[in-house]
Amino acid sequence: MKLVYFAWVRERIGRTDEQVDAPAGVETVADLVRWLKSRGEEYAYAFENEGVVRAAIDHVHVKPEARIAGAQEIAFFPPMTGG
Amino acid sequence: MAATIRIQAEPFDVAAETADLTRGRADIGAVVAFTGLCRDEGGRLAALELEHYPGMAEAEIARIVAQAQDRWPLHGLTIIHRFGMIRPGEEIVLVLAASAHRQAAFEAASFLMDYLKAHAPFWKREHLKDGTAGAWVEAKESDDQAMERWGR
Repeated sequence: MKLVYFAWVRERIGRTDEQVDAPAGVETVADLVRWLKSRGEEYAYAFENEGVVRAAIDHVHVKPEARIAGAQEIAFFPPMTGG
Repeated sequence: MAATIRIQAEPFDVAAETADLTRGRADIGAVVAFTGLCRDEGGRLAALELEHYPGMAEAEIARIVAQAQDRWPLHGLTIIHRFGMIRPGEEIVLVLAASAHRQAAFEAASFLMDYLKAHAPFWKREHLKDGTAGAWVEAKESDDQAMERWGR
């Protein structure tokens, strides 16, 4: 699946997007965050305050318990500040 | 009901957008326009940089528009949100809500702005007068509270 990052999440991780194959057992957005945090300090920094970073699956906002099976694009970003 | 949703870097013209929304219509009795502008925050800011999530921004605004249509008898909506570098005094966002009567138009415009601020995937970063890129703007709890007053 493709992961995309925005605003300070993008800056902390140091990339705009990447293609990943999550290992077996990574079933929810929360599992995915836990796995990403184990991949390096840039991910640990981006997700240091769990519950702050928001997620979307295929352009729809989701909660951490959302299942990721079948997702094509998962986005991580800070709380929104548009308008 | 016709809804126009645009995400663009270019400025917009409120009068021209209002004319487009009402042209040829005899059933619209009220148009409420909200324009959000870039402030200089007491002279500190040179610009706001707006980042967005292409594809999701349009999709999320369309979902918010569908909710507004369910709640109020609207005859037309226009929502324009800019991205990129925006200088103090320039416009950032436009919401036009058209209905037969003012109450639906006022309420729908207010609802749309509250939901846009909390749900549409846009992020602001400050650029300061001294030439440095400042901090990402933090989300305000008051924006979430403003949205929650609409319930559901």
